[in-house]
Amino acid sequence: MTTGATPYLVCLRGIVWREALRFIYQRERFIAALVRPLIWLFIFAVGFRSILGVSIVPPYETYITYETYIVPGLAAMIQLFNGMQSSLTLVYDREMGSMRVLLTSPMPRWFLLFSKLMAGTFVSLIQVYLFLVIAELTIVDLPLGGMLLLFPVLLVTGLMLGALGMLLSSTIRQLENFAGIMNFVIFPMFFLSSALYPLWKMRESSDLLYWICALNPFTQVVESVRFTLYLEANPLALAVVCASFVVFLALAVLGYDPKKGLIRRRAAD
Amino acid sequence: MEDLGSIRVFGLTYSYGRKVALDDVSVVLRPGRFTALLGANGAGKTTLVSLLCGLLAPLSGTIEILGFDAARDMRAALRKMGIVFQQQTLDLDLTVRQNMLYFAALHGLSGQQAKGRIAACLKRMGLDGREKEKARRLNGGHRRRLEIARALLNQPTFLILDEPTVGLDVEARGALVEHLHELCRSDGIALLWATHLVDEIWPEDDLIVLDKGRMEAAGPVSAVLAEQGCPDVLSAFRKIAGMSGPDEAGETKA
Repeated sequence: MTTGATPYLVCLRGIVWREALRFIYQRERFIAALVRPLIWLFIFAVGFRSILGVSIVPPYETYITYETYIVPGLAAMIQLFNGMQSSLTLVYDREMGSMRVLLTSPMPRWFLLFSKLMAGTFVSLIQVYLFLVIAELTIVDLPLGGMLLLFPVLLVTGLMLGALGMLLSSTIRQLENFAGIMNFVIFPMFFLSSALYPLWKMRESSDLLYWICALNPFTQVVESVRFTLYLEANPLALAVVCASFVVFLALAVLGYDPKKGLIRRRAAD
Repeated sequence: MEDLGSIRVFGLTYSYGRKVALDDVSVVLRPGRFTALLGANGAGKTTLVSLLCGLLAPLSGTIEILGFDAARDMRAALRKMGIVFQQQTLDLDLTVRQNMLYFAALHGLSGQQAKGRIAACLKRMGLDGREKEKARRLNGGHRRRLEIARALLNQPTFLILDEPTVGLDVEARGALVEHLHELCRSDGIALLWATHLVDEIWPEDDLIVLDKGRMEAAGPVSAVLAEQGCPDVLSAFRKIAGMSGPDEAGETKA
């Protein structure tokens, strides 16, 4: 093994490269990840355009169409689903055994898990940018500068949602239990956020729901994406995303620690 | 003087909840020796393997691998170890070469260094010329060979194989056992071969017998047979495990 930082870079590159190859080979996964937000954009948003008016809310400087409003939320949704897909992959890898190969590498475990997150985030970035380009070319106007500036923000939001998925995967014993994640994590996180409707609108209906939405870290992901896309800063949202990432990653590393982890392997030998 | 080529396990205990999987197990594995870890299903073989490669942490006891204390410096030990798990761990969508490159990256082996070793390991396991084939297209025996080639990539001095012949036909099984004996001799590797099949154990091997999580016998095969007063490994195992007839031996057969 070479010394210094090089082995770490080699390892990181290898893990990202493997994920990219799997992504290329699994075209269905790629198409499904893209079709989901496009259905929301072209069917749901267009259908609701006349019903849901969105008044001037930051970072928008004028009245906007509903489809313009939900584009950042759908970009974040891609990353949310990708994070959960990564979690599913981790559970699958653990059941199939290939996770053992990763965890018996001589690299530090936190670094291996971080590299897995980077790999998943890399895949989500491709999906988000493809979605944004399609949206821009067809139905909404997106500032080019905002799309470029979005890259580092998407990197952080992707890592945060991936870390959440990784944390969840450390608690799931069997692949069959993954459906619970869909019902109890993805949908509540998505619907109880500012992805589909501004929070002030939620407050008009229920103060309690408003606070749940406001405290949902996914809301901060959406707002980070929304503000950056329109070349505005939302330091609070970004700070919450960064802090959530650190907490989720730390808990995930703990979850995969054989001494302290939540995973107690079944007696199957 | 401390023997840096050995693996020493002392007083190892592990349980899954209330179920004790390993109870006060102590063993020594020596360099250049093929050590068979024999036990029926559920005896604790995979638990011992998982503890040796750091996937599980012992509840009590110590593990020293090639001079490294596993509790404090497992990463250093893993650099010197090759592991073939019972479950197949190849990425079937990737090619033979891509599987090897991924593993090389996990060990921090870059470019040229990895290329040379990959070619040598594949050749050694009779897989040269098949680099571009998808792992999915390989038969069971060749997939196992690929996993062993992969485990040799970091030039280990301690090789663990957990029931590597599961699912292989008699011919492929025999060839693999022979190949690994040869590898152990030629490279001076300390090799741990977990199995429940006694015909994979040769008279010159070392033997560890696990039964219900307890180590019931350990030493050179000849010494274990003499101690048990049995003519062969199968009868010695039956005696140790308290089996009276062939049916009770379950899958542990020649």
